[in-house]
Amino acid sequence: MNWITNIVREIFGLFVDDGSFVLAILIWLVVVRWTMPHLRISPIAVGTIFFAGLALILVENATRYSRRRQLRK
Amino acid sequence: MSFWRSIGTGWAHLGTSIIASFLASLVECVEALTVVLAVGRVRGWRSALIGSATAIAVLLVIIATLGTALTHIPLPVIQLVVGTLLLLFGLRWLRKAILRSAGLIPLHDETAAFAKNAEAMRHLGSGHAGWDKIAFAAAFNITMLEGTEVVFIVIAIGSGHTGMLLPASLGAVAALLVIIALGLILHRPLARIPENMLKFTVGVLLSAFGTFWVGEGMNLTWPGADWSILALIAAYLLLALAMIPLCRNQSQIVTSNS
Repeated sequence: MNWITNIVREIFGLFVDDGSFVLAILIWLVVVRWTMPHLRISPIAVGTIFFAGLALILVENATRYSRRRQLRK
Repeated sequence: MSFWRSIGTGWAHLGTSIIASFLASLVECVEALTVVLAVGRVRGWRSALIGSATAIAVLLVIIATLGTALTHIPLPVIQLVVGTLLLLFGLRWLRKAILRSAGLIPLHDETAAFAKNAEAMRHLGSGHAGWDKIAFAAAFNITMLEGTEVVFIVIAIGSGHTGMLLPASLGAVAALLVIIALGLILHRPLARIPENMLKFTVGVLLSAFGTFWVGEGMNLTWPGADWSILALIAAYLLLALAMIPLCRNQSQIVTSNS
């Protein structure tokens, strides 16, 4: 039964690596889901805002991780 | 005109689905092959190959069962749930690939992984001429572990749009056949495959698919319909390429003298 535990752990690890990263993405999805229908803006603007939020989360998380690391030269 | 447009948008979706499924499965198959080769070489091929084949059969049953079950769930619900999982999965891969490309996370070394697994197999006693439970279990475990990721990718890519499960499955099967062929010919780990570049590409593709399907699930109207996937792929690719030097500059550079 050890392999089942390993598979469950592996499946969880597929999505969650850095908890704050996952949390930020999920919060952004909820924000978009509940606010965008009330804003009277074009579909292109909605799509762009949705992508921009995800891009910002990725940049913030990766640069925050980078600042904690030392790069040997 | 609308006929050609529908063919074009169909290919924008179909082509990227097959490529994403193929490349993602290729990465997972390479990792599984390394361990199966180590098990087979140290403990014997018969039990190792039966272990892998059994796991592949179990995974095919899971794909068929889940694929059938998903047809009973409304598409917007699938797009939102699977799209969210795909987004988490894709952005996680992309983040790690960017950090690896920036030199902040070590690259995956298949040769080192092969040596480590071969050594572990040797410590578990000598191989048997007949049935070897350890070899079977080790090969079964790694094929199931890496295969579970492939199953998720195929289901996620295949269920977000009607009729995409078969093309996504074909992409995964093609990757499996390529890796089996290379394993049979080379009999050593595929260390020369640019794994991080593949992961980088897959991260971009899956993030774009995830963003698109979550949007569809939330009733967002994408301009250009399926063509938006290509725009999202381009946007994620440019972003990821720009982030590599950014992350490198953000890290604390330590010279070898200090």
